[in-house]
Amino acid sequence: MTRKRRRLVILSLFLLGLGSATALSLLAFQDSLVFFFSPSDLARRPPPTDRAVRVGGLVEPGSVARSGTEVRFAITDGTTRLAVAYTGILPDLFREGQGVVANGRIQPDGSFRASEILAKHDENYMPREVAESLRREGHWRDGAAGAAAQPAQGGPRR
Amino acid sequence: MQRFANPGQFLRLAAVVQPWAAGVGAVATAVGLYFALFLSPADYQQGDTVRIMYVHVPAAWMALSIYLGLAVAAALSLVWKHPLADVAARAMAPIGAAFTALCLITGSLWGQPMWGTWWVWDARLTSVLVLFFLYLGHIALANAFDDADRGARAAAVLALVGVVNLPIIKFSVDWWNTLHQPASVMRLGGPTIHGAMLAPLLLMWAAYMGYFVVVLITRMRTELAERRLRALQLNAEQATRMTASAVEAG
Repeated sequence: MTRKRRRLVILSLFLLGLGSATALSLLAFQDSLVFFFSPSDLARRPPPTDRAVRVGGLVEPGSVARSGTEVRFAITDGTTRLAVAYTGILPDLFREGQGVVANGRIQPDGSFRASEILAKHDENYMPREVAESLRREGHWRDGAAGAAAQPAQGGPRR
Repeated sequence: MQRFANPGQFLRLAAVVQPWAAGVGAVATAVGLYFALFLSPADYQQGDTVRIMYVHVPAAWMALSIYLGLAVAAALSLVWKHPLADVAARAMAPIGAAFTALCLITGSLWGQPMWGTWWVWDARLTSVLVLFFLYLGHIALANAFDDADRGARAAAVLALVGVVNLPIIKFSVDWWNTLHQPASVMRLGGPTIHGAMLAPLLLMWAAYMGYFVVVLITRMRTELAERRLRALQLNAEQATRMTASAVEAG
């Protein structure tokens, strides 16, 4: 075995070891790497009321009620819904059917009090006219256009 | 491989490639910016803010691909002791760091109006920040030793260790839920971005690529010239020392 070849083998083994170590540790930390939980996750494993959590999903169409700076709406992942209350300024992309991430605490009564609302954008980019013609032709699944609930297959195609 | 190992050969090739890259880059920048800022339509949801994407996304592609180039150069230098590999790696790292910074800054400017925050610690954003630190670490390590060869070797090891971060960045949006949206262009099942928006994106990528090649070649030429200068100075010093000792002995 030449020296060049030995160096190549050492390097490959090193990268293989490093790769597997990283993959294993990422798998082990899977739960802490997610940015938000779905309403179903929270229903299954309710977090303590004194800990802030992020919950993500779609804004349930028809659920948004505003009074002054106070906004009430529901986040849904298709199976479970969670009532959210928030006081403050909402991001531009916030609208019904859109993916959002709310950061806040579960209240003793089971509702969610958000201290921060982030809008989630999906992977679809198109001009306004195209979106409108898609909607006209009925290719648009309203409320499912967001990415939070089904990132792989959600949203309209061109 | 050995054909390109000769710096003289490289310099001749570089002299041919550089003006072409500069021309293509300049045209792509002009056309790409015109498309991105004027011709392309506003997005149905984001409005005109979508135009930040034309600067942001190609910068992210460059950040990732330059790092891949850095890692390949590191492997060539460690295993095959390719004389140009260290020069290329040293030249690439600051350009890659600049594109990563551009990506992070424009992403932040887009995130504030769209998401409602400048920064979140989700898997995508955090892993790109780690990429930025890897670039900075590479630059620091390559210059940390008096012996340039030892610095190059340490930096090459760091570059190879950092390769694990590339798939993490690319697939972070699929493996974990993140605030950052999933890929729109390089995804299975075709792009989910309208053609009128894809065109400026690709043009801006060509512009960045032209810029990268031009700056890379200039930096590599400078580094080669510096090395040659150092070698000549060392020779001259040795010559004077030898003459001096010869005079003393005589």
